[in-house]
Amino acid sequence: MRLTVNGTEHEVDVEPEMPLLWVLRDVLGLTGTKYGCGIGQCGACTVHLGGRAVQSCQIAAGDVDGPVTTIEGLGTPEAPHPVQAAWIETQVAQCGYCQSGQIMAAAALLAETPQPDAAQIDAALHANLCRCGTYPRIRAAVRLAADKLREG
Amino acid sequence: MAGMGKIARRGFLIGAATVAGGLALGVYSLRQPYSSPLSKDLPAGMAALTPYVVIDRTGVTLITPRAEMGQGATSIQAALLAEELDIPLDAVRTDPGIPAPAYYNARIVAEGLPFAATDTGWLAETARETGAMVGKLMSLQITGGSTTVPDAYDRLRMAGATARAMLVTAAARRLGLDEAALRTEAGAVIAPDGTRLSYVELAPAAGRLLEPRKVALKDPSDWRILGKPMQRLDIVAKSTGTARYGIDQTAPGMLFATVRTNPARGGGVLHVDASRAESMRGVVKVMRLPDGIGVLADNTWRAFQAAKEVEIEWGPAPSPANTEALFDSIAGAFETRRDSRLKNEGDVEAALAGGADVEAEYRVPFLAHAPLEPMTAFAWFRNGMLELRAGTQIPRFVIDTAQRLSGLHEDLVGLYALPMGGSFGRRLEDDFIDQAVRLAWAAEGRPVRLTWSREEDMARDFPRPAAIARGRGRVEGGQVAALDLAIAAPSVSASQMGRLGVPTMGPDTAIVAGAWDQPFAIPSCRVTGHRAPETVPVSSWRSVGASANAFFHESLMDELIHAAGADPLAERLRLCTHAPSARVLEAVGQLSGWGTDPGPGRGRGLAFCLSFGVPCAEVVEVTATAEGIRIDRVLAVAEVGRVLDPVNIENQIQGGVIWGLGHAIWGELTHAEGRVEQANFDSYRAMRIDECPEIVVQALGSGGPVRGIGEPPVPPAAPALANAIFAATGQRLRSLPLARSVRFV
Ligand code: FES
Ligand code: FES
Repeated sequence: MRLTVNGTEHEVDVEPEMPLLWVLRDVLGLTGTKYGCGIGQCGACTVHLGGRAVQSCQIAAGDVDGPVTTIEGLGTPEAPHPVQAAWIETQVAQCGYCQSGQIMAAAALLAETPQPDAAQIDAALHANLCRCGTYPRIRAAVRLAADKLREG
Repeated sequence: MAGMGKIARRGFLIGAATVAGGLALGVYSLRQPYSSPLSKDLPAGMAALTPYVVIDRTGVTLITPRAEMGQGATSIQAALLAEELDIPLDAVRTDPGIPAPAYYNARIVAEGLPFAATDTGWLAETARETGAMVGKLMSLQITGGSTTVPDAYDRLRMAGATARAMLVTAAARRLGLDEAALRTEAGAVIAPDGTRLSYVELAPAAGRLLEPRKVALKDPSDWRILGKPMQRLDIVAKSTGTARYGIDQTAPGMLFATVRTNPARGGGVLHVDASRAESMRGVVKVMRLPDGIGVLADNTWRAFQAAKEVEIEWGPAPSPANTEALFDSIAGAFETRRDSRLKNEGDVEAALAGGADVEAEYRVPFLAHAPLEPMTAFAWFRNGMLELRAGTQIPRFVIDTAQRLSGLHEDLVGLYALPMGGSFGRRLEDDFIDQAVRLAWAAEGRPVRLTWSREEDMARDFPRPAAIARGRGRVEGGQVAALDLAIAAPSVSASQMGRLGVPTMGPDTAIVAGAWDQPFAIPSCRVTGHRAPETVPVSSWRSVGASANAFFHESLMDELIHAAGADPLAERLRLCTHAPSARVLEAVGQLSGWGTDPGPGRGRGLAFCLSFGVPCAEVVEVTATAEGIRIDRVLAVAEVGRVLDPVNIENQIQGGVIWGLGHAIWGELTHAEGRVEQANFDSYRAMRIDECPEIVVQALGSGGPVRGIGEPPVPPAAPALANAIFAATGQRLRSLPLARSVRFV
């Protein structure tokens, strides 16, 4: 089976029903994408599929029909994506475990809606649980990221 | 023997360092207990100054032994050291170090003593000092109880100042100058003529000096790092998916493991048929574990699938079958098992002889920790040693467990402590590490990464216990005159310490914490604790006893104040005997515009709790809409003595409020047939971003002892919300979770 992840094409030998999450983490070694629930309830596993935010625990490897971007493909510590830069500047993370998913969801939102209002931010991130309760900072970081993206 | 242990430890840790990316840990060797675990005979160019500062040719590494679980422990420990060492935070590396007695927690025992934080009398202070000795004697390296900052505040600043003094002495000798002529700045000693000697070049000479007996600490007005917004050291990694948790550990040839144990804990296994699972793709082995089975496979998902396919006949549940029976057993404790009466002022019986103005029963449910990263651990037997990598709040106990299971000498068991994807008290247990060791043993030399499924994590938590309170009170002349609160709950301390093999004696203050120790002078006031049987094993959950008891105390207070026709803020202030607590109440009153008209359909609720030495007051504002209750805003004020990191403190208080509110509204573990009924986040609901109100925070640092903030914001949240709903609707809610009684929008 062929998968394009972060711009690289991979040939993987897995059952078609294996969730994309585990292909990314355990087969390709991209551990930035997290497991939290496995049932589409927490959003820790959020990645981009064809540019849209999806929960990778809910997508079977055999159903992946476009290029996949994970947190590692969005940006790096040396060259963070503007959303990541906003996350760093706002100091969102506590334990940090949910933040890959939060950031991927926020990046997809801003790609589609560059100037989201408060309700749009909340709606786009509804599926992403943060047990540490970083929501106020997430909201601020999304607004800051929107500014950063607009200023280019 | 010591030599062998040293060599072996070296061998192990070099390996761990390579993979975990930490400090060149090969330099460590464990010496006498209580001396520095950092050896003095180090490779050329490397020095260990105190147990906390290591300098080699590549720079300065600060040892941060308290565990990072999201609360910012690593950063604040590094900041305390770096401040006195005079080095910028972005110029240091950190490393958790190896678990060692030198890193004992001097504050953790004091937290459980039967003295209120407001009690600074001789007996209380003596007991606290004794508690510190106990912590030292038992070498309790524990992260918890909001003790990281109180324990580290002096100790790590002293360590930083000690290391700095040694570097200055080394420079003075090298330059032939007087120490007083030298100053330090940004990781270097600077001479009057501008000569700069970096710490790196001074380290070898400094490392040969004896530690000075006395060093002076900076005046806080000279601080460059502390007290100012600082960037968390882990923030870039945690914003780019590059932080490595237990669930991310890898090694060549690693097997991916999971477990499935009896959902009725302790029921055991009657029969196992693993034939189908064993033939599934990628499955290497299915093995028996205490109370269940483990699967080793070539992929976590395949391990999950196989674990489900193993046919298991479980033994019967040893604990009461359902929620009702569990609550019955708690209620029964009111009759039989008095555990404490730490507060008994005035004459409650006489005051209530004529009948009570308020008489009510309150309940809170069992709650799960459910950190977003489920239980995970990495274990590897190689070269006669055991290498562990895991997130844990109890590293020394983990090593004991691994040693007991493996039969290896302590020096042959190494633990590299990892950041945790949340814990909230869950990783004060080492059940999952026990399993990882057994799985690694069965893996015959291959490394193993154990990942629990969320379902396993929910079924096998050690929950916050359910509790029941019975309150009575009397009002007189518009004032609260008598309060009598009896609380029944299982003992967290006995349950948890029992599993760790630490004996507990006397009353369990956790049963009444956050209720008996509140700074209010009600003329007749009594708080009684009743110890309920340990029906299911229970454990510390963010803010422990106060998480339940503040709901009891502050709901009853609110009812009494309402019965008296008094104002909730004014009456609490009138009764308050503790200046910092009064300050916090006044501040939250101002912040919330207390006393002004909240508008139609709206209500404000106030609650207060002094826990872990921190007075914290919260006001919740709600609107009763046609669709249900909407939380509009929360105002939270806490007094921590000194604000060391204003950004983190705001984040922690907001997180604590969200934790408290979310669990108050939806959080509940129910039991049926001896099992927990909630298996995942669909049935165990938590607060989501679109349900999160605006949270305005004020952290006060008015002097006095410096305190930790991880837990104190949690207790007031639930009662403040319930009191707000009463203010808006007239409906008094005495049982959590609140969503059982009202709708929320
Ligand atoms: S792991 Fe995919 S939504 Fe939770
Ligand atoms: S930061 Fe810990 S779960 Fe979000």
